[in-house]
Amino acid sequence: MSFVKGLKCRECGKGYPKEALHVCSFCFGPLEVDYEYEEIKKVISRELIESRGKNMWRYKELLPLDGEPTVGTQVGYTPLIKADNLARKLGVAELYVKNDAVNFPTYSFKDRVVSAALSKAKELGFKTVACATTGNLGNSVAAQAVQGNLESYIFMPSNLEQGKVIGTSIYGTNVISIDGNYDGVNRMCSEIADKYGWAFANINIRPYYAEGSKTYGYEIVEQLGWKAPKHVVVPMAGGSLIIKIGKAIKEMTELGLIEKSNTALYGAQASGSSPISTAVKRGSDVIAPVIPNTIAHSIAIGNPADGFYSVQAINDSGGCAEDVSDDELVEGIKLLASTEGIFTETAGGVTVAVTKKLIEQGKLPRDESIVICITGNGLKTLEAVIGKVEKPCVINANIESFNAFMKKREVCTA
Amino acid sequence: MPVKVRIPTPLRSLTNGSEEVIVEGNSIKEVIDNLETNHKGFKERLCDENGQIRRFINFYLNDEDIRFKDNQETQVNDGDQISIVPAIAGGKTL
Repeated sequence: MSFVKGLKCRECGKGYPKEALHVCSFCFGPLEVDYEYEEIKKVISRELIESRGKNMWRYKELLPLDGEPTVGTQVGYTPLIKADNLARKLGVAELYVKNDAVNFPTYSFKDRVVSAALSKAKELGFKTVACATTGNLGNSVAAQAVQGNLESYIFMPSNLEQGKVIGTSIYGTNVISIDGNYDGVNRMCSEIADKYGWAFANINIRPYYAEGSKTYGYEIVEQLGWKAPKHVVVPMAGGSLIIKIGKAIKEMTELGLIEKSNTALYGAQASGSSPISTAVKRGSDVIAPVIPNTIAHSIAIGNPADGFYSVQAINDSGGCAEDVSDDELVEGIKLLASTEGIFTETAGGVTVAVTKKLIEQGKLPRDESIVICITGNGLKTLEAVIGKVEKPCVINANIESFNAFMKKREVCTA
Repeated sequence: MPVKVRIPTPLRSLTNGSEEVIVEGNSIKEVIDNLETNHKGFKERLCDENGQIRRFINFYLNDEDIRFKDNQETQVNDGDQISIVPAIAGGKTL
């Protein structure tokens, strides 16, 4: 049975039917899925959730479908790692990494939103799905469209990393590469969505899509033993994920699944594309759009769709936001890899580097639980670290060469 | 003084389909009040119950966002052009 009442404008509260709509026609505010929480409360429990498969659909009462999921049924339930080595390095007591770099099927948290979006698109009767993407979303829409027997069109800026481009084309989708930045691509896609009648994951079916992000938050809480962390550091592009992690914790609290917590949310951006962290630091809720200039392409959104509400979520939680340079984010990638054996992409490097910065600034306390959100895989953004890691030493295939290599090494490291 | 106001598609039902209307006013606020006088129903679509411009509606005066000027108090001059743009997901191209 469905617990979805319909859609509701987040600004003026006007109600809408469960259709492919995302903007209020009265006040232009964003639409959100409206649930029957009283009914959900009657059926949901920790035991029910724990009895289900280890994937994001174990929380299906809180996801926006009328029926069972049909696309991406194995997505989610990625590892939450207690990162003791990194904690020691950063000088904090309790640190965790939620690792969506190993999400299924395309190694980023976007698999969650796409599973929700494409399952909903099928329910609504769409045959063609599409998206505007900075890379990860395109990978996932293309892959999961294959799984769902849907036709797909992926629109991306032309400056993306090879891993993101090939990691989309390989699925036999229609890739359209656009000379321009993400914001321009997104604006164009809004018009295409209207004209062609396709389900654009992050545009006309955005209310359903965005709900998939909540499962990242539910999993953190469940994996911590049904307890919300004190602090969560989240990368921000459009700003949706940080809002939905906050919403996930709030829902679990109100449904009685966990004790009340005061989780603070911290937003991480690259300095070359930091409209949200800039607004938070300025103490304003007005987002000044920017033209992105950073190697963190996956989070290079200059005009964030959920900018206003992400600022609000951060401020209401008692957290803050920070941004780091491209050099710092590369160091962040290397730090996570060399302490925890996790190779994340540029966005993850930003999140690790911002965590480090906030700890050094005293804004993240050293004695309370912190979760770092790693949302993508480093193998997709090799360009960011080429030339920044040690090159392998080439030797001949005999023991003398190796002995010579070791000897030289001893001298170097002595 | 008269200024030109560009109307987004969802609001054209209030202007009999016109993409552009000419309105009098010395500030954005006066322009909004006169839009309401000439085309009833405009103000409740553009402003909340406190009279503030709704968060997901952007006003541009000669392509500059009025939030970076004086908001509704922003002065307008003869021949200026005002655009009303819904701040839908992703918004305007830079």
